[in-house]
Amino acid sequence: MAELEGIYTIWLRENKRFLRYRSRILTSVVTPLLWLLIFGTGLGSAIRFGNTPGGYQAFIFPGIICQTILFTSVFSGLSVIQDRQFGFLKEIMVAPISRPSIVLGKAIGISTTALVQGVVLLLLSFVVNVKMDIAILLASIVVIIIISLGLSGMGLLIASFTDSMEGFNLIMSFIVMPIFLLSGALFPVTGLPTWLQAAVYLDPLTYGVDALRAIILHSSVLPLYLDLAVIASFAVAMVLISALIFSKKEQSLM
Amino acid sequence: MEHIIETHDIVKRFDDFTAVNGVNLKVPKSSVYGVLGPNGAGKTTLISMLCTILHPTSGWARVNGYDVVKNPKEVRESIGIVFQSRALDDILTGREHLEMHASLYGVPKDVRESRITEILDLIALGKKAEEFVKTYSGGMKRRLEIGRGLIHHPKVLFLDEPTLGLDPQTRESIWEYINELNKNQDVTVLMTTHYMEEADQLCDEVAIINQGKIITADSPKNLKRELKADTITIIVDKPELFMEEAEKLEFVRDIFRTDSEIKLMVERGDYLVPEIVNFANHLNIFVNSVELEHPNLEDVFLKYTGRTIQGEE
Repeated sequence: MAELEGIYTIWLRENKRFLRYRSRILTSVVTPLLWLLIFGTGLGSAIRFGNTPGGYQAFIFPGIICQTILFTSVFSGLSVIQDRQFGFLKEIMVAPISRPSIVLGKAIGISTTALVQGVVLLLLSFVVNVKMDIAILLASIVVIIIISLGLSGMGLLIASFTDSMEGFNLIMSFIVMPIFLLSGALFPVTGLPTWLQAAVYLDPLTYGVDALRAIILHSSVLPLYLDLAVIASFAVAMVLISALIFSKKEQSLM
Repeated sequence: MEHIIETHDIVKRFDDFTAVNGVNLKVPKSSVYGVLGPNGAGKTTLISMLCTILHPTSGWARVNGYDVVKNPKEVRESIGIVFQSRALDDILTGREHLEMHASLYGVPKDVRESRITEILDLIALGKKAEEFVKTYSGGMKRRLEIGRGLIHHPKVLFLDEPTLGLDPQTRESIWEYINELNKNQDVTVLMTTHYMEEADQLCDEVAIINQGKIITADSPKNLKRELKADTITIIVDKPELFMEEAEKLEFVRDIFRTDSEIKLMVERGDYLVPEIVNFANHLNIFVNSVELEHPNLEDVFLKYTGRTIQGEE
């Protein structure tokens, strides 16, 4: 019971933080809309894109949702670095609750904020002429939760190995951007050169984008169950590993 | 006597630097215990080990009867901590900090609200409790942290340099607050400080720590008494004659002159003041003023380490 309460408390703080940084909420909706409207329209007009009804804009819609989740989840995970710098992490780490509960509370909290953004985007699907109904919405929500748990777990894991926000640019260039670009959010992942093909399939987000495409656009490269299996395994693995690392490294995190 | 904190030859080594070097501490229940020493003496490292933040390299420590390495969870449940550096979230309100802490420490739901009200009364945040912490002054933040540390009714409250960086006025109000706390709540306070005055005013017992070792531990009064070095400062009309004659007195351990003042170093000065005045009268020397000074903890520190406590700043 005490552990559940602890998880809830940490979840609550994560959500309060999200809601209070108004600028973050605004950018989390505006940035994807810019991608859809400007990049989507621009590139969509330049290329002929016959595979998807609704054209290129519709094609990247699931990809842009995944991008939003990726950025929110990883950066929120990295906020642990700030907590450490401001000393607040100590307050949490000396509390009599288990380290896995701390990680789980954080991950679920981040996942909730990512979900809010995802749902806002799903509801804006009419902007890019994508049909939305309750079944699609609910199925997408499940996928978003799984993806964001995995990515926030990854963010927490990176944070536990990073001392200061100075590493932020490195993380951006070497982890976040490759994950985004390789995920096939912006291009079809079929018919690529072999080296790129291999890299694309090593990226966990590829399966998230593919799953959302299967649900929203009814077309995907891999079967949905396979996508779900991969992102679920990724989520479980990331949360478990960061829980383990938080327990092992607890002394150096405080 | 019951000891709520006990350490045995506790050592913390970082690579080749030994921060805490074999400390034995015995803190009596319900006391205010001070660990006094200069910056870098190992105070924070010692307190971190007692709070389960750091594992000792060797030796053991028990807090409230629990071993800090074997039963960290039980130790955490027994203690409240105010860290030397701030540990607040700017974007939460004071009340939210208390709520969060209460639920993390498993304060039962039915008493949570009344505890928070009780603590808010105690730390006198008033309406500020509903505002974001980023709008608080340094003193308010400190009070909030101390209040937070108390909300789960801990057996031991650790205060790491509680008044560091605060202005003198706020410092005194925090002192008053700690005194009240120890009187009204059944809590043992272990605090570190490098302010002599603070240790002197607040602590029932003080351990002086230097370079990772405890040099001596006793009540501030006894520590000072042990020095056996009161200073009598006297101003007379014939200083040369007085100096010459006073030097021959058996109880004068040292005598020196600064401008018009003559300083006599003696033991137990309280008894000697009348004697010295009589002695001067006897020689027909007129005494303008006599002043008696007891040593302070600063002198104690100087005696044991050969340097002043601020020397290392």
